[in-house]
Amino acid sequence: MEQKNNNEDVRLMKGNEALAEAAIRAGMDAYFGYPITPQSEILEYFTREIPNRGGVVLQAESEVASINMIYGAAGAGARVMTSSSSPGISLMQEGLSYIASAQLPCLVVNVVRGGPGLGTIQPSQGDYFQSVKGGGHGDYHLIVLAPASVQEMADHVFEGFRLAEKYNNPAMILTDGALGQMMEKVVLPPEGSLPKVEKPWATTGKLKDRKANIITSLFIQPEKMEQINLDLQAKYKALQKEVRFEKIGCDDAEVILVAFGLSARICQKAVDLAREKGIRAGLLRPITLYPFPTDELRRLSEKVDFMLVVEMNAGQMVEDVRLASMGRCPVHFKGRMGGMIPNPEEIFAEIEALHEKQSASFVKEA
Amino acid sequence: MIRGTVIIDKDLCKGCELCIVACPQTSLALSKSINVSGYRFAELVETNCTGCVNCALVCPEVAIKVYRKAKGTKKVV
Amino acid sequence: METEELTNELELVYSKPETLKDVPFHYCPGCSHSVAHRVIMEVVQELGIQEETIGVAPVGCSVFAYHYMNVDMQQAAHGRASAVATGIKRVLPDKYVFSYQGDGDLAAIGTAETIHTVNRGENILMVFINNGIYGMTGGQMAPTSLPGQITSTSPYGRDTADVGFPLKITELVAMLPGALYVSRHAVHTPNAVRKFKKAITKSFEYQKQKRGTCFIEVVSNCPSGWKMTPVDTIKYIEEVMFPSYPLGDIKVPKDENI
Repeated sequence: MEQKNNNEDVRLMKGNEALAEAAIRAGMDAYFGYPITPQSEILEYFTREIPNRGGVVLQAESEVASINMIYGAAGAGARVMTSSSSPGISLMQEGLSYIASAQLPCLVVNVVRGGPGLGTIQPSQGDYFQSVKGGGHGDYHLIVLAPASVQEMADHVFEGFRLAEKYNNPAMILTDGALGQMMEKVVLPPEGSLPKVEKPWATTGKLKDRKANIITSLFIQPEKMEQINLDLQAKYKALQKEVRFEKIGCDDAEVILVAFGLSARICQKAVDLAREKGIRAGLLRPITLYPFPTDELRRLSEKVDFMLVVEMNAGQMVEDVRLASMGRCPVHFKGRMGGMIPNPEEIFAEIEALHEKQSASFVKEA
Repeated sequence: MIRGTVIIDKDLCKGCELCIVACPQTSLALSKSINVSGYRFAELVETNCTGCVNCALVCPEVAIKVYRKAKGTKKVV
Repeated sequence: METEELTNELELVYSKPETLKDVPFHYCPGCSHSVAHRVIMEVVQELGIQEETIGVAPVGCSVFAYHYMNVDMQQAAHGRASAVATGIKRVLPDKYVFSYQGDGDLAAIGTAETIHTVNRGENILMVFINNGIYGMTGGQMAPTSLPGQITSTSPYGRDTADVGFPLKITELVAMLPGALYVSRHAVHTPNAVRKFKKAITKSFEYQKQKRGTCFIEVVSNCPSGWKMTPVDTIKYIEEVMFPSYPLGDIKVPKDENI
């Protein structure tokens, strides 16, 4: 595909490249990363584009080095991003804990692949716990966004930088190999439409009129470390209002599917199949995985016969859905692992079986 | 004829004695008494200090100020 | 005449630089870390670059370097100081950036970062404090521990057949084209301190010219870890350390006309 001129706003692009183009348009100052399938296109795109559009792109010697370069550049006040895929993101966990503790804004993209271990390069959602519960040491959270289209791969870069800088907190885009590799139409936000933010705390050189700025996550006195933790927890509480989700057909729904990212796309089709067969199904798609749409799920759990959580893992988000519904309705799980992608028919079959069992049990009781 | 002297912040000193062995004039020695942290501290015991700065260069606590006669003093290395 | 009266007659020729904060050092008595801190900050003051200098502290005894160095600083994860410094320098290319690391930090866990930062010729100053031991964690064996050296994790002496020989990381990085100026120093005598200060001054001047990485090793002591008095460490450094870590320039820029 010959190189389109890059300021055209509506294009047909691969998810990874739409994300990269969006990062440049969002005023990213520097990218540090390392090759790993299925997301190497992001680094490649930057090495093609950044030399003639301004900014820093550097291929590091490892993901460990990458995340620590991110730490340094973020601490120096730059708008920075890195990206990797599951095994590489595991290598970044220590760095993310440091970044969360030092309260530095940055954007980390995880194009998830099947695991555990070296796993496969096929898509997966097996890193949900790692990203939402915090994969590194200590009590911290990343802001986690879960795109479900190439359009959102681009939009969530702007949203990720905005939220990261608003809360001085690392943000993560949790996507997957399919969304990264698929091509779709995307409307790209205009260049420079995300204003820069003042960072007086950054290490840009101690001027005469101020004390030296220090970026650190070391607080050796426990009283101080506890205060840091209390500040972090207060921030995470304040973050809850940034929750975002999409609801499809939930108003009259008797059953609701809960799924994010690629699984949510597939569930939309399953919802249609169910409706064709007279089962009033709906879909709740979390867009932010942290903060999680707990309140909305609790409200919906009081109105439906059951919920079916669909994920490409062994069942991770399902735990949070169960916590949210507090037993008000059964929360079932349907998943595929190892890089296998569920298809709408098998999800619909699950809805139908659960629906029949549910109504049968009503009959028995009546 | 006094050519130089030093002021040692006795409460910063940890009694490591590195200044004592670095002084070409053996003007320094450890005190008999102890400082606030319980260390015997370095102090001037002679008046033959030339203000050569050796002691201050090796002092890990930056506890030593050095003074020297103004006439034709060498630029501080 | 009391010393105090003398001082108004004589000229003050040496005192603490403003680029060091008024905070007593936490280092053990006689530790060379604080001497190295002071010399670097003296150079920052003399070159007038306090407003343009950013330092990176490691994990190790000098993890608190930012309590003392009065410049903007960042505290890096263990072994990653040169990667953090890379990140800073890449987004602030006209500022002076230095990393400050011990031997465990730079030559064990951080070896990959050390090799690749220099291999990229990152325009930073890397200060490498080599005292042949892990100080902060209580005196364990380091990659630069000497054959037969007793530490808390080589209680019968470093057995080279089992855990290999001292890692000459400075010579290693000197071979990389990205290394512009590589020199090994010590701070155990006044003269050694003077030479180390010259090397640090040169390094900051080279950094302005953006011609590659400056890498300065400081063969240092660890009175507590070596279980010696500070004065005894002077002889140990000269008689035991220098044969494995000879002082002097290992690599200088070709047109050495600074």
